[in-house]
Amino acid sequence: MARTFVGGVHPPYRKDKTCFLPIERLSAPKTVVIPLLQHIGGINAPLVAVGERVLFGQKIGDSDAPIACPVHASVSGRVIALEKRGHPNGREVLSLVIENDYADEVHPSVEPKNMDDMSPADLLQWIREAGMVGMGGGGFPTHAKLTPPAGVTLDAVLLNGAECEPYLTTDHRVMVEWAEDVVLGLRCLMKVTGVKQGYIGVEVNKQDALAKLRGAVAAARDIQIVPLAVKYPQGAEQQLIQACLNRRVPKGKRPVHIGVVVNNVHTAQAIAHSLHTGLPCVERVVTVDGAAVERPGNVLVRIGTSFADILAERGLASEPYKLLSGGPMMGIAMHTPAVPVCKCTSGILALSRAESPATEAMTCVRCARCIDVCPMLIYPTLIAQYGERGRTEEAEKYGALECHECGACTYVCPSHIPLVQWIRLAKSDIYARRNRG
Amino acid sequence: MEIKKLAVSSSPHLHSQNSVRRAMLWVLAALAPASLFAVYYYGFYVLVLLVAGPVAAVASEALILRLRRKPITAAFDGSAAVTGLLLALNVPAGASWWLVVMGALLAIGIGKQVFGGIGHNPFNPALAARAILVVSWPERMTRWVGPGLVSSATPLAEYRAGNLVPSHFDLFFGFRPGSLGEMSVFLLLVGGITLICLEIIDWKIPVSFIGTVAFLTWVLPREGQTAFFAGDPIFHVLSGGLILGAFFMATDWTTSPITKRGRIVMGVGAGIITAIIRLYGGLPEGVTFAILIMNACTPLIDRYTLGKSYGSVRGAA
Repeated sequence: MARTFVGGVHPPYRKDKTCFLPIERLSAPKTVVIPLLQHIGGINAPLVAVGERVLFGQKIGDSDAPIACPVHASVSGRVIALEKRGHPNGREVLSLVIENDYADEVHPSVEPKNMDDMSPADLLQWIREAGMVGMGGGGFPTHAKLTPPAGVTLDAVLLNGAECEPYLTTDHRVMVEWAEDVVLGLRCLMKVTGVKQGYIGVEVNKQDALAKLRGAVAAARDIQIVPLAVKYPQGAEQQLIQACLNRRVPKGKRPVHIGVVVNNVHTAQAIAHSLHTGLPCVERVVTVDGAAVERPGNVLVRIGTSFADILAERGLASEPYKLLSGGPMMGIAMHTPAVPVCKCTSGILALSRAESPATEAMTCVRCARCIDVCPMLIYPTLIAQYGERGRTEEAEKYGALECHECGACTYVCPSHIPLVQWIRLAKSDIYARRNRG
Repeated sequence: MEIKKLAVSSSPHLHSQNSVRRAMLWVLAALAPASLFAVYYYGFYVLVLLVAGPVAAVASEALILRLRRKPITAAFDGSAAVTGLLLALNVPAGASWWLVVMGALLAIGIGKQVFGGIGHNPFNPALAARAILVVSWPERMTRWVGPGLVSSATPLAEYRAGNLVPSHFDLFFGFRPGSLGEMSVFLLLVGGITLICLEIIDWKIPVSFIGTVAFLTWVLPREGQTAFFAGDPIFHVLSGGLILGAFFMATDWTTSPITKRGRIVMGVGAGIITAIIRLYGGLPEGVTFAILIMNACTPLIDRYTLGKSYGSVRGAA
């Protein structure tokens, strides 16, 4: 019996065009743009200067901030610029631009590791140095998730293979093709945290991934494969924890506060790959899909490859109406294809107008569908209405700060009200008031 | 292919096929079988009433929106048509066509548009109008007739008077006098359950409403009697406007609570009021006033039935 959470919606999958296609490796582009911020936390300072030659896998940005994670050169070549560039988060971020010399000359620091020879502390340090972040889209530095606050004992490591966003099949292909690495990455995370029980949650629409993972785990008892019901947002951290462990994360807290570490399956695979090769996080798999894309598929690309390069390789059948970084439920609409793939870019969707029609907002009719589907059990329509009028106290009372912006409410709203947009506004107003306060 | 212009908006970028119009068309469809049964039972004349209601409601809404200088497209979102049909289903077969037209105008004008239109009305517009009609034209609103428009009395009135009432079978399938829409419990259930399955209405209101009426009419002695646990709950559930009211009017989006627990409170409250009016009140039927009273309580119910959020667990910050 597949497990699940309370609330949620059933958007169309739209995964059929890419979920059976093997991952294709794209050749490295002529230039890569490495944003100095590819995680949640403090921005890195550049460690190299313009004009300097950098090597493949070399650390080129780092920070002393407690929640931060270094970035690395994904090609060898010359740094030709240090400037603000478009970022898939929708803003402009200070980035290093590297001109590829196609030598792929590897940095001397890159050498394969053996997990069994390393202490948990060494492994933790390596995960940080390798620049590991949540590759499902969150981008939280992995090493920072693995250190429990004082007084908390970690007891579960969860891998998130739900991949509930429509279109995206990145994690699906990673699990099917690299199941052993996913399991090895999980064992590495378990060793670092000293946790005895690992879980991998996968929605039951990915039977081939479930089978491969079961095969990779074989008879081992320390890892449990958890089939999850197909429902959005099954892959949201809180909902995954509720489904797999029947626990809830208190508001204002993170999973680590209740002894749980959640990581994306692609992150686990990247850690394992990094141990095998010694290379830090310099590449990732991205789903490229949407009606405007000629050849949809999953591509393995160097971090810093621009959306434009990838779309040129895949071909455009028509001019896209929207270009998204990430999935259609939580992804960010780009205003230009001149943005690089970051560590947490799970998808590039070039959608036609028919796939993502614009809708006109009408009055709330109090149908309460938004409340019924909200996985955080808060009051989207009330937050939106108070937020719209700048009444932050009421917006907070009805749960604004618990919203993780999954978009289920907006998806079902029969009046087409952009609820998530208003809730985001309410949240930023609440934080602004606190900071003044 | 060059990318020249990209649309930018806040996520999510997908939307379900949900819309107010789609939901309202489903409500109309769900009411269709019961409406057609009334035409079959009473004759062709009631078709005039059933068409006059929605047409007059849509026309009134368009007119008032025009006067308010608002886009009149809102008149065609289906909600006015549903209000008009519900109103027509709430009059007896002996009613005059102008009574229905007057009711539709009152429903849209006084019941809905004076408050600002869709989403803002505190009372179910069709029931508010019905209440005004009952008070203004009490004789015309109780002109109960049988098939062929022969004068008759409703089962609840007969029950009141201590007379013989139709069998449960006749009540369930609709072979009895009553308002146009309260005839066939069977066909109303088909429509109501369809709406629940489509997630257009929530099961909590009809189930708690009907359950409460059944329980109380079973337990409580009717006026003039003393024996407890001697009532006929099945008769009460099957007669009058309970099924129509519980599935199609108490569940009105705008005028019912938005919290999950609040919907149970709404149903139980409406059930208590209905049972008390039926057993001890001055009227044979109490569904209309029960729902209107609970509509008035809706903001208060919402306020006191807020549920706990996902993160409201022990150890919360």
